[in-house]
Amino acid sequence: MIRPVILRLMALRPATLGLVALAVLVLVLPLVISNSFYLDLVIRIAINAIIVLGLNLLIGFAGQISFGHAGFLGIGAYASAVLPTHFGWPPLLALIAGAAAAAALAAVMAWPIFRLKGHYLAMATLGLGIILNLIFRNEASYTGGPDGMAVPAMELFGLQLSRDRQWYWVIAALLLVSVWASLNIIDSPFGRALRALHGSDVAARVVGVDIARYKMAIFVMSATFASIMGSITAHYVGFVTPNIADFFHSVELVTMVVVGGMASVFGSLLGAVLLTILPQALATFEGWETVAFGAILILCMIFMPRGLLPTLAARLGSLRFAVARLRAGRSAGESDS
Amino acid sequence: MLAQFLQYLFSGITIGATYALAALGFTMIYNASTVINFAQGEFIMLGGMLAVMFQQAGFPLPLAVLLAIIVPSLVGVLMEKTVVEPVRSAETVNIIIITIGASLVIRGVVQVVFGKGAFMLPSFSGDTPVEIGGAMIMPQSFWVIGVSALVVIGLWYFFTRTLTGKAMLATSFNRTAAELVGINTSWVLWMSFAMSAAVGALGGVLVTPLTMTSYDSGIMLGLKGFVAAVVGGLGSGAGALVGGLLVGVLEAMGAGYLSSSYKDALPFVLILLILFFLPRGLFGSRQTERV
Amino acid sequence: MMARTSTAPATPVLSVRDLSINFGGVRAVQNVSFDIASGCIYSVIGPNGAGKTTLFNLITGVYVPTAGEILLDGQPVQGQPPHRLARRGVARTFQNLQVCLNMTALENVMVGAHLRLDRNVLKAAFRWPSLRRADQALHQEAAELMRFVGLEHALEARADAMSYGALKRLEIARALAMKPRLLFLDEPAAGLNPRETLEIDELIRKVAASGVTVVLVEHDMKMVMSLSDRILVLDYGKKLAEGTAAEIRQDPAVIAAYLGAGAAGETS
Repeated sequence: MIRPVILRLMALRPATLGLVALAVLVLVLPLVISNSFYLDLVIRIAINAIIVLGLNLLIGFAGQISFGHAGFLGIGAYASAVLPTHFGWPPLLALIAGAAAAAALAAVMAWPIFRLKGHYLAMATLGLGIILNLIFRNEASYTGGPDGMAVPAMELFGLQLSRDRQWYWVIAALLLVSVWASLNIIDSPFGRALRALHGSDVAARVVGVDIARYKMAIFVMSATFASIMGSITAHYVGFVTPNIADFFHSVELVTMVVVGGMASVFGSLLGAVLLTILPQALATFEGWETVAFGAILILCMIFMPRGLLPTLAARLGSLRFAVARLRAGRSAGESDS
Repeated sequence: MLAQFLQYLFSGITIGATYALAALGFTMIYNASTVINFAQGEFIMLGGMLAVMFQQAGFPLPLAVLLAIIVPSLVGVLMEKTVVEPVRSAETVNIIIITIGASLVIRGVVQVVFGKGAFMLPSFSGDTPVEIGGAMIMPQSFWVIGVSALVVIGLWYFFTRTLTGKAMLATSFNRTAAELVGINTSWVLWMSFAMSAAVGALGGVLVTPLTMTSYDSGIMLGLKGFVAAVVGGLGSGAGALVGGLLVGVLEAMGAGYLSSSYKDALPFVLILLILFFLPRGLFGSRQTERV
Repeated sequence: MMARTSTAPATPVLSVRDLSINFGGVRAVQNVSFDIASGCIYSVIGPNGAGKTTLFNLITGVYVPTAGEILLDGQPVQGQPPHRLARRGVARTFQNLQVCLNMTALENVMVGAHLRLDRNVLKAAFRWPSLRRADQALHQEAAELMRFVGLEHALEARADAMSYGALKRLEIARALAMKPRLLFLDEPAAGLNPRETLEIDELIRKVAASGVTVVLVEHDMKMVMSLSDRILVLDYGKKLAEGTAAEIRQDPAVIAAYLGAGAAGETS
């Protein structure tokens, strides 16, 4: 009974296999984890993973740069904090409003920003993120200033989401949908146009891709993703501070993309896992945490510039190749004897 | 009225000089290698912190200042050798991340050794303010502006009149051609890191008596120095100078006349405006892509 | 195959009038005018630096001219960006190769069909059945195109693992995936050995036979002379001569400037 299942699984593409494995993992985890600290960690990892998926579409697949992405997280987070608290909005509406605001900002900024390339692009996105952060920090009457403010619980169809386990299922479902959607997008005309843009924007233009439009589209998409996840984070944690939108957070997110594997959906997941756990593990070593983070960035960029997953996949590929050759050589030798 | 304006102006030129030195640092490294060194701010911070350390250890101030410039330039060379050399041909994102990693390492080590506190360096020539047109200017401001001006002139002379300097410039125009005429381009590379760190550290030392220093003072200084470099046009020395002063004065004016809580945002608003209307900065070159 | 005689043209598919572009002080293309009839094979030749690729870049929208007009089916298109021209059926390959090395060979060809497909991102995200079916069909079509250009052995290959000659053909397959009316080939035979050059020659004839107007920049004189219906000769950005292969071969200005007395004897 096991054998046909395994054969079926082996016939699937690696991407589909990965998705199935992820679904299994998601279903099994709550049974294994009872400690609320670890459950919280898993939820944070999942949230980061979804954000990183959106960012990877922009950075890894479309080949752009964004060092201000945490700013969009902040827009969603503060929309979900400020609108219900000060204006009595229902949380779901506030989330949508935040996403709409982030999308609008990204749309307006896209054309001037994405004419730029390389360091100029990095600088522009960085500037945008810092300005947003300062707004959250300074408008204390609305946002509570540097100390932050509390966020009311999220209401979904009348049900208040407040317990860890409820959040787990919501976020796990979001994660699976996001991974599935990302895989689908990559292998579609839209996705190919995006990757072509990265590979050779001249070639993309010449086959009819309006690259300005596409850059804007992907920027708006990933900004909207980020805003929604910012709102979700705010509701989940119950509190929001301007740190959610600071430069260091933007750097963390980009690092998750690059270390996990640019242009790799499962690489994004891996990056999110590693770089969410790492600060937690190092939290006890004040100061050394920063040094360790920096050292890891350096070592990763030197030894695994394409990211963890693509490098591992390449090693695995060459290993399999070597094993296959070995087998072929051995069977040839046997048939000779 | 005038007094207030002059106060802000001087304040802006003082901090602008620091930004200009930071921007020059960015420019030198960018010209030698097309790398943007996100750790530049940490060199500025190191200058200040080390000057405090040496001075508090009993060294006479001039010697402390000298050491506070030499040590960061050695750190700069070390950084170039260990971190930048291996990834010279990587994608822009990767290079940016690796220099950010280096900045984290430097900052983390400083945090471990010195803690999170703020430190002060005594002013070079006392604390009696000088009055100009009703504005009260600290003598240290003159040190900052004066020494920075000397550094700028010195660098200008170095790059346009000396053979070594011209060799470095040649490398920035066309690396291969420079190698073909016998210029040791890897020497140029680590030399530019050393100079860039030294210039930044000097800026940090000069401004510490006015603004104090701590383990994280490099972040904003570095970012604003980067803004100044881009405003002026990446790769242009004149642009770095003008950009630095512009950013500094704008920040001071904005803090004074508009809102002091948003003063940190002003350089970034400026950079967005500049990048939208003058994508290559004030003195940057227009380039057409050859297909 | 003998060079086809050009019949009296209807509206030429492409008309260029007094086209010029300056780069700083360099007048790369100066007052160039010519017409291209539909369905023919048209070549542009000239010494290095004559402005041939610049002319291509002007016509395909990569550069904006300083002066002059470009008419596609009688409609002015100068200054329009490449993606707009793609909609009008203009396709091109590149002298220096512009291939997406981050994708597989097949995907590169599939990108060529960009304008013909449903590019909606929401449908893509949710695996809309009609989109999946169209993609499946495109897979087949792209594979067919790769066979057409002689890349049947590279169907599973990644673009970054392919040779220079193979990539040149990949670009042609990508351009054909656009189902273009006008195909601009920038030095398709550059860097190829004699056997490969012959294969490209045959490929170009196949493409032209299917009704596509082919415009070529090429240095290989044998190929140009045998293949082309009409030839434009450029020198220092200016038009030196235009005509059939036979006319060009005998034009004294062309011989002096470019072919050289010895070569004139070789190609006749």
